[in-house]
Amino acid sequence: MKSDDPAIRWIEEPKLGMAGKTYLSLFVHGMTTTVKHLTKSVAGKDVTVSYPDEEPQIGNPLIYRGVHRLNKDQQGRVKCVACFLCATACPAHCIDILADESPWPDREKYPESFTIDELRCIYCGMCEEACPVDAIELTSLYNLTGRSREEMIFDKEKLLSVFDETIETEQMKSADLGGTV
Amino acid sequence: MASLSETVGVADPTEQDYLWTLNFGPQHPATHTTLRIVLKLDGERVVDAIPDIGYLHSGFEKIGEHLDYNQYVTVTDRMNYISPMANNVAWHHAVETLAGIEITPRCKYVRVIVAELARISDHLLSTGAMGLDVGAFTFFLYAFYMREKIYDIFETLCGARFTNSYTRVGGVMHDITPLVIEKIRSFLDEAPKTFGDMQRLVNRNRIFIDRMKGVGVLTQEEAVRYCATGPVARASGVTRDLRKDEPYLAYEDFDFDVCCARAGDCFARYYVRMAEMLESVSIVQQALENLPAGPIDVGPEDRMALPTKEQVYQTIEGTITHFELTMSNRGFEVPNDESYAAIESPNGELGFYLVGDGSDVAYRARCRPPSFIHFSVFPYLIRGHTLSDVVAVLGSLNIIAAELDR
Ligand code: SF4
Ligand code: SF4
Repeated sequence: MKSDDPAIRWIEEPKLGMAGKTYLSLFVHGMTTTVKHLTKSVAGKDVTVSYPDEEPQIGNPLIYRGVHRLNKDQQGRVKCVACFLCATACPAHCIDILADESPWPDREKYPESFTIDELRCIYCGMCEEACPVDAIELTSLYNLTGRSREEMIFDKEKLLSVFDETIETEQMKSADLGGTV
Repeated sequence: MASLSETVGVADPTEQDYLWTLNFGPQHPATHTTLRIVLKLDGERVVDAIPDIGYLHSGFEKIGEHLDYNQYVTVTDRMNYISPMANNVAWHHAVETLAGIEITPRCKYVRVIVAELARISDHLLSTGAMGLDVGAFTFFLYAFYMREKIYDIFETLCGARFTNSYTRVGGVMHDITPLVIEKIRSFLDEAPKTFGDMQRLVNRNRIFIDRMKGVGVLTQEEAVRYCATGPVARASGVTRDLRKDEPYLAYEDFDFDVCCARAGDCFARYYVRMAEMLESVSIVQQALENLPAGPIDVGPEDRMALPTKEQVYQTIEGTITHFELTMSNRGFEVPNDESYAAIESPNGELGFYLVGDGSDVAYRARCRPPSFIHFSVFPYLIRGHTLSDVVAVLGSLNIIAAELDR
């Protein structure tokens, strides 16, 4: 850009008049702003969320990227067909799947074991994006804690139990998009 | 360049053995991250400063040679972690330039919206932290409250407050929802008021001005010589802004000013940032009003954008594209070519130089981080000032170590 381009706004800094140099009047000026905010919070309009007494609001539970779950179909079987797409898409390489021949006639494979290292996971949501049968989803559980590293490596049972815990409050995301049920 | 003794009016450091060496960082509250500066002090006056980088080197560029064009966006989040959204936009802007993808108008607008919100949040934190370093704590808290609102918007938009990973090749992760638009609108109403409050606190505050004015002056000539960009350069009177100079995304459609100042000191940099935030508010406003309808990504036909779940389940094209792009032996097809594309990130010109080798990972993914360039200006800015000015100058440059070391 040329320096005389009309789209340039040259910023002039404020002049400190007599008032500024003596400091006091501007001190009052700044203090007024502070007191204004203070009265607001004393009147109960404070902006702090006192976690854990108060739960923070999650903007959109359908989109929120929290702890994983492995979905079950209507017969209570794990939906996953062990296609390894999630493990391929995962940038943190934290999904580990062992596939086996499926005991059910409607699919060829199922995961014999399915582990996600929740400590290694970066919660990017790419596994959910990659899954072609909606088997893996990120829930809106955000306060994940554990006492040891081993505890944070979620196996199939644990991931399925997260499903049981959350299905009441969070429906499967794309059931109405024509996905498998 | 004039010799050191001429520029700062103190004796040449090599001739003085009474100079005191002070390690500033790598663990210091005012470096905000892990930066190390070796200061040579003559009493309280800084005679020389030697930046020492590498404490946060994480091999991000090397990882770029192993993660595919979508996966790498998660790494860009962690480069400039105070405005990850802008990095996401920059990365996929570069990828799309390399692959020759023209994204949809709606996607362009949405990316402009998130990039400008990222600019506001970046400037809020950098000016806020600068205030914090020179003692204006309330100022920082007001700024952070506004930043929290932006976190909330991003969380509603893409599911994560901080590590957004929002963009994808040829599109974005989720289309913008009415709830997000509502939240952005209420933010836009509130933001100028908070900016006003912040400015009332410090703009004419004698203490703040005394610590900022005339400190760390970067002349226009030196700014150009050091390749400074962004607010740092604009505060020195360099009239350069990629949004106007080389319009990318949909910036041509918007009416906004580029804010410049002439002084080149810390106070000017602070001022330029404050003024830019208001311009960003107006850009987001215009983008929201004129948000085009239509699809958010380029669609599965070109085999470049991941299809939506709906397309995967309902169309054969979607299903094929989904598998083609995700399977490990397929993936994106980019030309054997190299390209450089940059955006005006909050901190300055943030560009990615990409070499494609036909596979789905880049042969080389080089990042041009503004922090690296600005940190190299630091010794020039601090010479001759006092030790307590170090934090003011550092704050005004807004150095992000993760981006600097990559
Ligand atoms: S959320 Fe991301 S990092 Fe975590 S398991 Fe899924 S793909 Fe991997
Ligand atoms: S969770 Fe989904 S993507 Fe992962 S292996 Fe199972 S079916 Fe495939």
